[in-house]
Amino acid sequence: MMAPSDQSLIPEPWRYEVINTLLLLLVFELMGEVLVRVTGLPLPGPVVGMFALLGTLVLRGRSWPELDAAATTLLSHLSLLFIPAGVGVILHFQRLGAEWLPLVTALVLGTMVTLAITAWSLSRLLQLQARSQRSKLRAGLVVTGEVQS
Amino acid sequence: MNDSELFELWVYLSESPLLHLTLTLLAYQVARSLHRLSGGHPLANPVAIAVGLLIAFLLFSDTDYATYFEGAQFVHFLLGPATVALAIPLYGQLSKLRAIWLPVMGAVTVGVCTAALSAIAIAKLLGGSVISQLSLAPKSATAPVAMGVSDAIGGLPSLTAVLVVTTGIIGAVTGGWICDRLGIRDTSVRGIAIGVASHGIGTARAFQISPEMGAFAGLGMALSAGMTALLVPLLVKLLGIVA
Repeated sequence: MMAPSDQSLIPEPWRYEVINTLLLLLVFELMGEVLVRVTGLPLPGPVVGMFALLGTLVLRGRSWPELDAAATTLLSHLSLLFIPAGVGVILHFQRLGAEWLPLVTALVLGTMVTLAITAWSLSRLLQLQARSQRSKLRAGLVVTGEVQS
Repeated sequence: MNDSELFELWVYLSESPLLHLTLTLLAYQVARSLHRLSGGHPLANPVAIAVGLLIAFLLFSDTDYATYFEGAQFVHFLLGPATVALAIPLYGQLSKLRAIWLPVMGAVTVGVCTAALSAIAIAKLLGGSVISQLSLAPKSATAPVAMGVSDAIGGLPSLTAVLVVTTGIIGAVTGGWICDRLGIRDTSVRGIAIGVASHGIGTARAFQISPEMGAFAGLGMALSAGMTALLVPLLVKLLGIVA
């Protein structure tokens, strides 16, 4: 913890923003949790909070520089945050021992298939979109509109 | 310090959250150094290495998970604010997102159905129990959603949490290789696919590659969370799987 007198050692722009940004993220998370409880949305509170913050940024038209900096730092250490849940594998050694073949195969093969099919279908759908936009352009139906390459 | 004093010190430390919080951060730093030493190789996944180190310590010191989690929960808690923070890179990619939202929604729907159906089918074919099949179904979604869905359809939420983390590691390790094999170069497509299939751990990997890929992975993760919550209970009902 930083003693109050140490504040003078920190450059002015950095003094309070850490708390402000953390507060901002927590307020949006809390808002998300409340919204989920009130509306019964089948989504986790933080995901709703993320969309709420995105909406706020869109309405505001720009982000806060200190929020950008804090988010970049936090997200560059996203791996760290999954470690406690991962260690939970220790609770399930017995089941994993008894059913290792179906579980491991479903995890490895299932995840690889999912990744491949998602990537493939997205690139196919993007090609289709680009083609239909090109043909609309040719037909003169679209005057403005971005053409995907 | 004699043996009984040392034992008392251990008893005190092993019960306090401080030790396990410190060890979690230490394991992460060691894992990051190894990841860097490997030249950022996807196989040297920081989550996998750190989890391995911590499990070795817990088994060696005969510590149970609940005691460990009392310290680690402070790190676990930050998953919430970090998920909210994904809005910021996403906002940075907004103009690109506006142009491709329709194909993205289509691909996310396909991806979420593939994730659940492939996992259930493979587990069933190889003789996995119904509980395991149900616990696997939401594995590609981010942990809080996957655990909620697992609970609702009759799976084991704590088993699902582990399957979710493992799925994330597998996606992070294989994602780049799979996209290369398919000849997919587009950063947005690579990002979204890794986010849909392997949620936050895939997103963490994407951020290691580039902020742009991370932003799209975060988007894929968020959309797949919503789609999993909506579609997986429905799919399980359609397949008639009951625990």
